Amino acid sequence: MAPAPEETIGIHSDEDVVRVRQATRQWAVALGFSLVDQTKIVTAASELARNTLIHGGGGTTRLEELTDGGRRGLRLTFEDKGPGIADVSQALRDGYTSGSGLGLGLGGARRLSSTFDITSAPGQGTRVCITRWK
Amino acid sequence: MLDGKPPGERIPILKMGEFLLVTIQVEMHDRLVMTLQDELTYQIVQHRARGVLIDISALEIVDSFIGRALGNIASMARILDAETVVVGMRPAVAITLVELGLSLEGVRTALNAEKGMALIRRRLGRTGELDGAGS
Repeated sequence: MAPAPEETIGIHSDEDVVRVRQATRQWAVALGFSLVDQTKIVTAASELARNTLIHGGGGTTRLEELTDGGRRGLRLTFEDKGPGIADVSQALRDGYTSGSGLGLGLGGARRLSSTFDITSAPGQGTRVCITRWK
Repeated sequence: MLDGKPPGERIPILKMGEFLLVTIQVEMHDRLVMTLQDELTYQIVQHRARGVLIDISALEIVDSFIGRALGNIASMARILDAETVVVGMRPAVAITLVELGLSLEGVRTALNAEKGMALIRRRLGRTGELDGAGS
């Protein structure tokens, strides 16, 4: 079996966040996502890439194509080696913000995705994995 | 600071009478969003502008950062006695914004630039003015 296609993008600047959006868009188009679904996954990617940059001090995004029977999907994994999140459920709550943002980043990205997984602990960085099925 | 920026790092702000017009046609990274917010606020005062029209029809996404900036611009403009209207939002962007949890409260919107200008003029009691230009 051929390995699933994937791509990894480093996130170290504002421009890299834009790069993640553009790559996510390209993948979503290639997978045949509807315009609304493209917009949702790109917006989620933008929120999470910004989190990786600002809260995680930079990191990576991995984009992967998924297949499940006849279904195709896109998985995005954001990883950083930043300070981590002590209280994940608090961080997911709308309006909770550790900085100057609106506190919609994590919760909003979760609502825009089909599945959402977050692994984080103080001092151990953060890993957020989202999928969106076509 | 602005002088050191490479070309394309600023979004042009056009002055038309007592209005400022902005058409966002490039991919907005966060620094660019902040620059636009600062420059618009500065130019409202400099030109004594009474209305700001921001065309986002070319924007493929509006995330929480851009949404917050639009809200900030509208709030600051209001304090400086200017009306702001955001025009041309794509339907997919609107659907996504709502799901994201962003309602853009306090930001006036219109379907297109023409309706947006009409809205601002109505708010300012300027009906009829400038209409001769197009006829």
